[in-house]
Amino acid sequence: MLVRALVNGEWREADVWPGSSLLYMLREHLSLPGSKNACEQGECGSCSVWMDGELVCSCLVLAAQAEGRDIRTVESLSDGEELHPVQEAFAEAGAVQCGFCTPGLVVAVVDLLERDPDPSEATVREALSGNLCRCTGYQKILDAVRLASERMRGGLI
Amino acid sequence: MTIRTDRLLKRGVGESVQRIDGIPKTQGKFQYGSDLWAEGMLWGHTLRSPHPHARIKDIDITAARSSPGVHALLLAEDVPGKKTYGLEFSDQPVLASDLVRYAGEPVAVVAAEHPELARQAAAKIEVEYEELTPVTDMLQALQPDTPQLHPWGNVLRHVRILHGDPDAEAEVWVDGYYETGMQDQAPLGPESGLAVPSEDGGVDLYVSTQWLHVDREQIAPCLGLPEKKVRIYLAGVGGAFGAREDVHMQIHACMLALETGRPVKMMYGREESFFGHVHRHPSRIWMRHGATREGKLVNVRVRMVIDGGAYSSSSAAVIGNASTFAAGPYEVANALIEGTCVYTNNPPCGAMRGFGAVQACFAYEAQMDKLAKELGLHPLEIRRRNALRSGSILPTGQVIRGTAPVRELLERLEDIPMPDEPAESRDPITFPGGAGNVGRGEGLKRGVGYAVGYKNIAYSEGFDDASEARVTMFRGSGGPVVEVHSAAAEVGQGVHTIMAQIARTELGVQDVVLHPSDTNVGSAGSSSASRQTMMSGGAVQLACQAVREQLLDRVRARAAATNSAIHGELSLSDGRITLDGVPIADVDEFLDDSITETRAYHHRETTPIDERGQGEPHVSFAFAAQRAVVEVDEDLGLVRVVDVASAQDVGKALNPQSVHGQVEGGTAQGLGLALMEEIQLREGVIKNASFTDYLIPTILDMPPVTSELVEEPEPGVPFGAKGVGEPSTIVSTAAVAAALRDATGRELNRVPVTPDDLVGLRPPAQAGPPPPAPDVPFPEPVPKHAGIAAGQTELGGHEGSDTYQGGKG
Repeated sequence: MLVRALVNGEWREADVWPGSSLLYMLREHLSLPGSKNACEQGECGSCSVWMDGELVCSCLVLAAQAEGRDIRTVESLSDGEELHPVQEAFAEAGAVQCGFCTPGLVVAVVDLLERDPDPSEATVREALSGNLCRCTGYQKILDAVRLASERMRGGLI
Repeated sequence: MTIRTDRLLKRGVGESVQRIDGIPKTQGKFQYGSDLWAEGMLWGHTLRSPHPHARIKDIDITAARSSPGVHALLLAEDVPGKKTYGLEFSDQPVLASDLVRYAGEPVAVVAAEHPELARQAAAKIEVEYEELTPVTDMLQALQPDTPQLHPWGNVLRHVRILHGDPDAEAEVWVDGYYETGMQDQAPLGPESGLAVPSEDGGVDLYVSTQWLHVDREQIAPCLGLPEKKVRIYLAGVGGAFGAREDVHMQIHACMLALETGRPVKMMYGREESFFGHVHRHPSRIWMRHGATREGKLVNVRVRMVIDGGAYSSSSAAVIGNASTFAAGPYEVANALIEGTCVYTNNPPCGAMRGFGAVQACFAYEAQMDKLAKELGLHPLEIRRRNALRSGSILPTGQVIRGTAPVRELLERLEDIPMPDEPAESRDPITFPGGAGNVGRGEGLKRGVGYAVGYKNIAYSEGFDDASEARVTMFRGSGGPVVEVHSAAAEVGQGVHTIMAQIARTELGVQDVVLHPSDTNVGSAGSSSASRQTMMSGGAVQLACQAVREQLLDRVRARAAATNSAIHGELSLSDGRITLDGVPIADVDEFLDDSITETRAYHHRETTPIDERGQGEPHVSFAFAAQRAVVEVDEDLGLVRVVDVASAQDVGKALNPQSVHGQVEGGTAQGLGLALMEEIQLREGVIKNASFTDYLIPTILDMPPVTSELVEEPEPGVPFGAKGVGEPSTIVSTAAVAAALRDATGRELNRVPVTPDDLVGLRPPAQAGPPPPAPDVPFPEPVPKHAGIAAGQTELGGHEGSDTYQGGKG
């Protein structure tokens, strides 16, 4: 079946198997593999994208549900060499190891900081509790969120 | 964007250099095995046995073969070469032919145009099984009337370590029985790879793995191809932790690619991943510790059984490790340690971070706490009184030649402040089970627990796990460039960044690039056993030194040609040649021809252990100590780990940020085993193969980890650096369990500890009598014909020797 969606600001079409998830459509049809396939059950957050501005697990969304919707993926956050402050902070704070969870976490943190530019630690932990990371023990992810939050609020540049 | 001070730094050894793959990973641009794509690519799918033990009577592929989009369907009879593979013993079928020995064992593989078409076709394969009674209990496997799962029996390896007088009397004895569950590595990236047939009849395989060359040693014979026709390239690895040490989809994808003449991608989903890789061995451990009234250990007696599951994987090395470390990081003059690894019809177990040392540490640290309680000593004091040091003799008779700063670790740990007592009014999310909004902090009890542990760095028992690196220096457009070519698998731990740091330090050149890791350079050995910084770091250092010598020879030759003698020390710094520290020329001037050098790094020799468990099995040791503070809701059986303090013996931190990251991440995996992570088996079948049912710690489960690094350089190893990946995992399980005991007063002799354990609904794990030592041939009962001694031929090792020659892990 043919699905048409606004993906990272551009109308894209994909001819998908009706059972395909949005994640599969992004990764295999639209050459956007930044969203990751770690659990495909909505438990790990690695496939997080925005659909009409709402954070969703793209593995739990049918490709067909994306018809006519505005989809934004991790690939939308950096323009060539120019990184989003959250991406910079993750790389700098040591919040990346194997990196498989990283795109989903970056998306989740960008979403959080757009809603709450200066979140408390408890707020950060709650907001990211749907993102599994197996490498870091999360401490440097918390550091990265603090660093990004400070920079985005103009604290440290 | 770069860190502002970056320009002032040399980004060499000892600095917290940013990961070389960090930025692409934040952008989603880093290419993992599951992201690979090729023109005309097919998708592979594996049909697995639903039964843990069965005889295959018949396989009907008629319907499946004609299913839409199918290009190939292969069975055991289609395996072109050798029918079995394995890391240490070649006892695992590529595809099951007559018997299946675990639920999840591959029986057939299919390639089709879409993953869904491949799945649908596989579902149409009709396999007629005659179900056999499975052996699912590790002690049952040792009973004489239990069916033999392999022709050589159910014992995979038995290790006996006899030290001093095992009948030595002691003034105080404590006994204990301990169990650990089967843990999953749960790397977030699923098993994945892409096999591309090549024009020479060979295959190019792009795969997420831990050790390219040992994969090739196993893949090529099964494909009936010479090794040179199997070229392996490292695809991005989404975590490993031991799970990728064994072959998973590699041979299957290559077979399908060679059969169809088209690229074939295979990618496991999360459920299949649980069935598709090995796990941490469950264990049952009986311990008896004898000490003087002053708290000095006199005698340690250990009986340990671990479940290897259906096939051998790296189990022989795991039980070797578990046994040699069973007395803990303590001096003891007398010991008898008997460790057995058995075959069962459970899923195969193999390497996972900590590699046998985790299970042992959980048991011996509980024993040390029992002893401390019996003697009225503080838990830290009893550990201090017995701590290993440089020069100590281990139960194997091995003398610790390197550093062993156990007392320093304990001191550093004590200096880390305790966490604050909870405030009167707290965010409810900070209560145990807080995210579930289940309580308001009634009936909370705090507990504090300590653990110390250790393990080997690099491979053991006579195995020469050498690493090779090739370094090229050439003139680039902006100055000299150094390229490092190594097969060392970057699995997230940061070895590629470390290699670049070492090259910068050794050659004084900022611009270091890494050649993609592949089999076009010699083996780097595995990214396991906390060994890559030492081994591949060592190889890069040697190759860089050889390049530097060549370059300086050119400098000397030019000086000689112009009759100007060089007096003083030549060196390299910031892209320049220096004489006694003063720049005299640009490196570039001497690079009309590039310089390439290839070197291998070997660690010092180790030996197998003999029939009494004596020898010099290990290269080097790394120690860690942790203190965990927990809060337990005694009504609900819920736990919050409040704080973890950690002190780790790292020799020298080559990248401190990365070392702290390893400590923190390793702590999370140990905490997971203590509190939540266990593969649930019912009659050998995994019942929780998903992240909904198999829980790993979330950001709400993890406490702050304060990590102190003790730097006492290890003599004789590059930069004095010890491996850092595993020690924190070894101790954190034991520390959390100790804290829970302190909070509740309960025995808690099994991990993971469940809510039922904490409220007393489930009694402590009950010990039967320890099984007698099995009567099996030494060094191990698995016959040589099943052995491939993988890796040893290539590395010029000890193939064909009668003694067990170390393991892969």
